[in-house]
Amino acid sequence: MSNLGYIFLIALVTYALRVLPLTLIRRPITNRFIRSFLYYVPYVTLAAMTFPAMIHATGNDAAGIAAFAAAIVLALCKQKLLTVAVAACAVAFLVGLI
Amino acid sequence: MSNGNKAAYLRGIRDGLPIAAGYFAVSFALGIYARQCGLTAAEATLSSLLTNASAGEYQGFKMIAAQSSVWMVILMTAVINARYLLMSCALCQKLSPSVPLWQRLLLGDCVTDEIFAISAAYPGSLNPVYSYGAFSVASPGWALGTLLGVVMGNVLPANVVNALGVGLYGMFIAIIVPPAKENRVVAGVVILAMLLSFIASHLSFMTDAMSVLLITVGLSAAAALLFPVKEEEKA
Repeated sequence: MSNLGYIFLIALVTYALRVLPLTLIRRPITNRFIRSFLYYVPYVTLAAMTFPAMIHATGNDAAGIAAFAAAIVLALCKQKLLTVAVAACAVAFLVGLI
Repeated sequence: MSNGNKAAYLRGIRDGLPIAAGYFAVSFALGIYARQCGLTAAEATLSSLLTNASAGEYQGFKMIAAQSSVWMVILMTAVINARYLLMSCALCQKLSPSVPLWQRLLLGDCVTDEIFAISAAYPGSLNPVYSYGAFSVASPGWALGTLLGVVMGNVLPANVVNALGVGLYGMFIAIIVPPAKENRVVAGVVILAMLLSFIASHLSFMTDAMSVLLITVGLSAAAALLFPVKEEEKA
């Protein structure tokens, strides 16, 4: 298969996963278990994606740990998304210089 | 556009800017990898415009280089991106049933990890226009980063590219920590998810995408059984 064939195939499979539930499920789900399950999904998935991947994201674990800690503290203080993201990058950059 | 939609779109753009910056850094690295896999700049950029998925594209480029079979590509892409199926399920519950099909088809293209995250955090019912706003700045950032990664992998100093790599995670933390502060079950679930993910990262037979998927399904199901949410805590 050509590279373009692969690229379209990968895009199609990915889009199908993203769009099917949105188009097929039109009504509010009433089942309490499923509702609860879906309530927890974002928290679990984002937490699992963040740690430990964030620690290794810069190639310098000390910088990653410092950025993680800074982001947690700022988020506990309810800072905005952009503030937390930029502060994490700044901390990672500065610790990386040491 | 109505005033409400305009405000939602602008708000989406504002929240999409840090995503675009983070995407740029990640997709820059993806572009460098695409080149190693033998893709041209046009092919890699097209892939990023169409797919918008970091782990999925990374694995995809690997399979293109290996000339994998069609079934292998379909299966691996589905497994790596299965979390989008769950995210889409969660997101459909945030939409008013009156949202028309064409909007749902459009919103489907916007379900990336980060745009899902900010859309799930949108207060009340989701106005899809908010997600389009974020997507309209984030997706070009993703495609542009991929393009530049292929054509000039060393344009930015390495330490700057590396530091930008934590931005997306910083945003995830800003999304999950405030609700965890308010709700002990969410706090427990977040800490446990990180702990399990840490353990899984030391298991060589698990890819990152697999472990995120297994932890998401297992832990969310366990939490739903043990701590079902009350009606007012809608997802």
